[in-house]
Amino acid sequence: MSLPEPLQRRDTVFDPWIDTYAERTHGLTVSAVRALFSVANRPEVVSLAGGMPNIADLPRAAIGEAIAGLIRDHGAQAMQYGSGQGEPFMREHIAEVMADEAIAAHPDDVVVTCGSQQALDLVTRTFCDPGDVILAEAPSYVGAIGTFRAYQVQIVHVAMDEFGIVPQALREALATCRAAGRRVKFLYTIPNFQNPTGVTQTLQRRRELIAIAHETDLLIVEDNPYGLLTIEGEPLPALRSMDDERVIYLGSFSKTFAPGFRVGWSLAPHAVREKLTLAQESATLAPPVFSQFAIATYLQKFDWRAQIVAYRDMYRGRRDAMLRGLVDNMPAGCTWTRPTGGFFVWLTMPDGLDSQAMLPRAVSARVAYVPGTAFYADGLGSRNLRLSYCFPSEDRILEGTRRLGEVLHDELDMLHTFGIGPGTAEHLYRDITAGPAPDIT
Amino acid sequence: MSSDIGSIVVLAGGLSHERDVSLRSGRRVAQALRDSGHAVIEADVTGGLADLLAGTPDPVVFPVLHGGDGEDGSLRQVLDLFGVPYVGSTGPASQRAFDKSICTPLLDVRTPAQVALPNSVFRELGARALVLALAERLGLPLMVKPSRSGSALGCTKVERVEALPGAMVAAYAYGENAVIEQFIEGTEVAVTVIDTGDGPRALPAVEIRPRGGVYDYTARYTAGETRFLCPAEISDADARECAELALSVHRQLGLRDLSRTDIIIGPQGPTFIETNVSPGMTETSLVPLSIEADGLNFGELCLALVRQAHSRGAAPAEA
Repeated sequence: MSLPEPLQRRDTVFDPWIDTYAERTHGLTVSAVRALFSVANRPEVVSLAGGMPNIADLPRAAIGEAIAGLIRDHGAQAMQYGSGQGEPFMREHIAEVMADEAIAAHPDDVVVTCGSQQALDLVTRTFCDPGDVILAEAPSYVGAIGTFRAYQVQIVHVAMDEFGIVPQALREALATCRAAGRRVKFLYTIPNFQNPTGVTQTLQRRRELIAIAHETDLLIVEDNPYGLLTIEGEPLPALRSMDDERVIYLGSFSKTFAPGFRVGWSLAPHAVREKLTLAQESATLAPPVFSQFAIATYLQKFDWRAQIVAYRDMYRGRRDAMLRGLVDNMPAGCTWTRPTGGFFVWLTMPDGLDSQAMLPRAVSARVAYVPGTAFYADGLGSRNLRLSYCFPSEDRILEGTRRLGEVLHDELDMLHTFGIGPGTAEHLYRDITAGPAPDIT
Repeated sequence: MSSDIGSIVVLAGGLSHERDVSLRSGRRVAQALRDSGHAVIEADVTGGLADLLAGTPDPVVFPVLHGGDGEDGSLRQVLDLFGVPYVGSTGPASQRAFDKSICTPLLDVRTPAQVALPNSVFRELGARALVLALAERLGLPLMVKPSRSGSALGCTKVERVEALPGAMVAAYAYGENAVIEQFIEGTEVAVTVIDTGDGPRALPAVEIRPRGGVYDYTARYTAGETRFLCPAEISDADARECAELALSVHRQLGLRDLSRTDIIIGPQGPTFIETNVSPGMTETSLVPLSIEADGLNFGELCLALVRQAHSRGAAPAEA
């Protein structure tokens, strides 16, 4: 038998910089939940998790020809550095797009960004110091929570219902924070087809939000990536269309055209816009110039409004498939939202079930979703899951809801077997793999 | 590309819960082999695998699949059927090693007291009485684990009997069977066994000291979250006993080429926890660390294992 010889001991954590990282990186760790999504990308799995738009039906050949022409005719300019605020022609186009949502915007007040995610980053960087408070819906967009955390901001969730943010809850959250001496920097909200709930703020609620903002001297950051994707009923006016001094508006071409170009924007009051432009210059020098030329080419040469109508029809079919599948397959005690646009349905399971602990069972059954805990900064959301209908076909959505129904039935059966019922599950029924929220946007 | 060692195919990914770890392990193994000057095909386990192997001249597979079909022996039996040589243990040996409910009772080494139960037993007999009996028989604290999973997925340490039902449900989220075993407090080490033709050899033990006290998924795969010492800071006697234990497990289960055995050095001495026929090969994994601590080059060792698999050839067809 051969046994090891004495050796010089190696003592390592595999990261020589572990004590050097900024405090804000704490918590940036690998998690089992995130790792499970690796399986979700396989074709065998019906992924109701990711929020990827379905761009398969875009006229890709024609777009390709247009972009070839762009390089041929304007390549020297399109592949050069550009303006930190974004190219003037792009900002003019963006103003035209926003006019479709009744927003009167001057191109000078637009800052082009690398997706609206970067706009959110610039706004947070510009306004927030560590320890400041941002108010956000309960639940809120996981990508926003990640950005806010990166700036060491405290996120205070504000209750919402099927009509949007509850005004009284907003007043109380503000009052509580301010009474505690905390600096509330802004309210972050997604009024249309909110991510993750799919809920749309009613017109009445929008008016109340604006009124509260005036009364309490509150800034609102309105994130509106899905606004043009109304699939039922009439679109509601953006908050920014009701107030141009208290609202910073964030927009994007990711859902109305394609996300790969990474072009979004902020529309902000003049003084704020100046700061955002400087922040953009220090972050990237300039937003991607080639992408701006490509988007502008698309807007000029293609009937983009007709494409949005086509997107709406496609997403309406998928939304309907999702709702039909949930009716047919979910066990008693489940409830869900009924979105009138956007990409998401928010499912609430019977008390006792935990969507994060259930995820491995779902992955084994070849269906994936995002656990509700990803959308809260405070650990809530274990009874919820976000279901996306944007990417899978209608048939796949129906199959996915069938599989999910079986998973829920099996999990309920397991809880029943072990006598885990309402009110007992929260701390009993979580394994040690619980970790940071998955990066699924 | 065909060569004197055939065309190397590194298989990683698969559909198990450990797909992400497997992809990372696979990338590292493939890169190490490339750094040793050999072309490598990286492949996932898909419906196209049979065609890929059939279309590759003189293939030799390095399976770096964790969990599920990749580690339970199924895929290796398929490779035998295809007549493709591969690195690592045979299908039947992998099957014995992978399932904790099968492996532990087979071994003639010190193991924790363990009970393995399918979820149907609780459904049919009622959970309450069984849960109480488990706690009474094995004593607290307990470890509850899925019987066919790795990377600490679905594992829970149970200190109160009231927490046992929740831990069982968490384990059953990963599969139909779970093992409940006595928790052993002690020093956690892992011993790699390699065999490149001269017989199995134990590499220096790696001691695991997770920052948060628990060597869970996050502590395993986030650089900086766990401190590793190799050789482990343990007595010579314990080091020798750990090496003997790992070699004994390797031999008793009929393992081949490479294995990693996880051990707790508790009050009774080193105790077997589990063994792995397809151990992690990521940047924070234990096997590459012990290989390098032993003065070996990771890429050269991978290459030696491939060369050995190639010269061994495919398993002979059953008569």
